[in-house]
Amino acid sequence: MQRFANPARFMRLSAAVLPWCAGATVLLLAVGLYLALFVAPPDYQQGEAVRIMFVHVPAAWMASFVYASLALSSAIALIWRHPLADIAAQSAAPLGAGFTLLCLVSGSLWGEPMWGTWWVWDARLTSVLVLFFLYLGYIALVHAFDEPVRGARAGAILALVGVVNLPIIKFSVDWWNTLHQPASVFRIGGPTIAASMLWPLLIMALGFTLLFVTLLLIRMRTALIAAKIRALRMAEVERAAESAMLRHRAAS
Amino acid sequence: MSGLDAFLAMGGYAVFVWPAYAVALIVLGGLTAWSLGGYRRARRRLERLQRTVPGARRP
Repeated sequence: MQRFANPARFMRLSAAVLPWCAGATVLLLAVGLYLALFVAPPDYQQGEAVRIMFVHVPAAWMASFVYASLALSSAIALIWRHPLADIAAQSAAPLGAGFTLLCLVSGSLWGEPMWGTWWVWDARLTSVLVLFFLYLGYIALVHAFDEPVRGARAGAILALVGVVNLPIIKFSVDWWNTLHQPASVFRIGGPTIAASMLWPLLIMALGFTLLFVTLLLIRMRTALIAAKIRALRMAEVERAAESAMLRHRAAS
Repeated sequence: MSGLDAFLAMGGYAVFVWPAYAVALIVLGGLTAWSLGGYRRARRRLERLQRTVPGARRP
């Protein structure tokens, strides 16, 4: 772990991995979209509206998965002070917020024709809305301090407290009466969804995951480059101050 | 109805299915464009600095 926490090594490794991640993302999303729109059969109850699932369910999985990654990075940042952990957490947050927003909007577009309502304040929908606000709160808190280190610490603590929301999201459909259907893929006893729908769903989910990894790497590299720029500017200012002082001494 | 019309009609659910895919394109495409734009800007800025500041090497 310590080896990967070295920023220079991370820049080398990520540069090597990035083109493969980007290529795999494009390929998986292209195949996934083709299967979702052209190959997967219409549902016997939902008809063609079931195709919303291939966007909604991967987005929902990513919403929770990215938050778990954000919380794990925050824990590593708080406990071991790894220089890359805070950068990873802060790079992941807007991506997680995006997936959660996509989950909420696509769910709403699926709910209206199937349930007869765009929104209902039940456990599953409300806990995912809370997840969206946790992402926004984390982003706001990290930037609310003049000292970046304090913002990162405060954000990391918020991220860890928010982890309690993840099991609530997962089990909300079992613990409370809800319009939302229970799990049909990750459940004890195996998936209940037909293979002709499961495969497009899994390929889309893998495509979303690789898109997340690709964008995370790009954002982390951006943050490291920005840190390098700050260090260079600082060095420049110091050098200018030093030479001004030398001139001043020579003059007096 | 031709094949394309039937496909676009989505069995009567077109107003729900296509906006869902459009939002996916906007959100995920937007995140990608935003992240890539920031990355390119940062790299250009670093290259400029490394040209002008003596002693600044590649990271």
